[in-house]
Amino acid sequence: MKLIEADDVNVYYGDNHVLKDISLSIKENTVTAFIGPSGCGKSTFLRTLNRMNDYIDTFRLEGKIEIDGKNIYGKKVKVEELRQKVGMVFQKPNPFPKSIFENVAYGLKIQGSNDKDLIADRVEKSLKQAALWGEVKDILNKSALSLSGGQQQRLCIARTLAVKPSIILMDEPASALDPISTAKIEELIFELKTKYTIVIVTHNMQQAARISERTAFFYLGNLVEYDKTSEIFTNPKHKQTENYITGRFG
Amino acid sequence: MNSLRTNRLLDTSFKYVGIFATLFGLVMLAIFIFNILGDGISRIDWDFLTSLPSRRSSKAGILTAWTGTAWIMMLTALIAIPLGISAGIYLQEYGKKNRLAAIVEVNISNLAGVPSIIYGLLGLEIFVRTLNMGSSLLAGACTLSLLILPVIIVATREALKAVPNSLREASYGMGATKWQTIWYQILPAASGGIITGVILALSRAVGETAPLIVIGALAYVPFVAQSPLDEFTVLPMQIFNWVSRPQKGFLENGAAAIIVLLAITFCMNGIAIYFRNRWQKKINW
Repeated sequence: MKLIEADDVNVYYGDNHVLKDISLSIKENTVTAFIGPSGCGKSTFLRTLNRMNDYIDTFRLEGKIEIDGKNIYGKKVKVEELRQKVGMVFQKPNPFPKSIFENVAYGLKIQGSNDKDLIADRVEKSLKQAALWGEVKDILNKSALSLSGGQQQRLCIARTLAVKPSIILMDEPASALDPISTAKIEELIFELKTKYTIVIVTHNMQQAARISERTAFFYLGNLVEYDKTSEIFTNPKHKQTENYITGRFG
Repeated sequence: MNSLRTNRLLDTSFKYVGIFATLFGLVMLAIFIFNILGDGISRIDWDFLTSLPSRRSSKAGILTAWTGTAWIMMLTALIAIPLGISAGIYLQEYGKKNRLAAIVEVNISNLAGVPSIIYGLLGLEIFVRTLNMGSSLLAGACTLSLLILPVIIVATREALKAVPNSLREASYGMGATKWQTIWYQILPAASGGIITGVILALSRAVGETAPLIVIGALAYVPFVAQSPLDEFTVLPMQIFNWVSRPQKGFLENGAAAIIVLLAITFCMNGIAIYFRNRWQKKINW
């Protein structure tokens, strides 16, 4: 089933035309990788999917993005509800400067939940899902900032899982991490895709090849090629794609 | 080779100029404090703190003055803190960043440098006369609030600006509204900076005399204020009044009152420094 459907999306920052006629659809419970050189618009497109670009004053979007059949830029859309459904993990781990428990409980707290048992239960489940529970179960009240970078990033994933999203956007989630932490994040993505739809921006070709089913190659604001990952990496249709994945530019 | 020697010489001489400049300030302050302590410390006792003013210097005390200062500080804090922090939050987090905002920003910084007596004149016209508050504690507190508002606004904005954007994104990304993000994440992260600014602003207000003279605070108040609409005096006014008298006894009283005022200011600054240090430790993420 198609979960995300973008139709002729154009994005401008002031006079700068950064995304040009992007159309693509993403199926439920899949991992989709966005690749391309820096500045190609892949992160910008990722951020349109939960409207994180809204805070940039000069941002303007034309076209239509539907999630679950609803236009997310429609007038009646509550952006807070959208973001609970479309969670996001950022490039640099950005836990709140609060305890580990409070980090994971935050999403429920802002939804107005007071049920302590439910919150504790959800915190535990989310941390287990993010493969972090074993490492933090005895230090839930310690500051999240005392964790290592890799642990912080898994905490950020747990925090996102706690509000039960259906889509998780990841903006280069492992680029600030060491190889071991990166492997853990990739393993996690692999497990999460049975329940969630994951869209990941990455600069790491091997990572895209390892974890994703479909890959989209962006270049200069255009969606050059979007196909099965195996096709993109073994049999690219476009010269630009081939050049990029073989490392001849970018 | 010659230029190397001159450079060395310059280097050493600047070091000594620097030491002299630092010592100059410290020594002057030390002399001042030493002098004041010598003149006034013997006058400070329980009676001095709990006596009403009197025409006889040995019986005069600062009860009305320090209670007046306490009243004024409390009222000023109640008025200036919510207004200043709210304005700072609005300007930093909600206001659009355009030309008008830039003009407002520059002017708020300028307001922080306007001579305090000008605020006194403004307070006299608006609070004392137009709003009919008379020379009351409330009028004084409103005037001092105007005086320290720019300082609080600027400090609030600086503290909010220091909060990294990744924290805002993290909160928005979880589906938090703007207000939830400000309330749960940004304000706690900025609180140390805001508290520091507020306390420093209040400790400036504690020593202000000129604007209160202008709005008509009295030097001789023979009763302790009971409500915000009572007339009042404050420590600096009392000091000003005593040291302008010729009798030696009153000069001693003035010195003693200065010690009390200094103690209050040092305490407030100490608290501000404590919060700032704690905040700086916390903000290293």
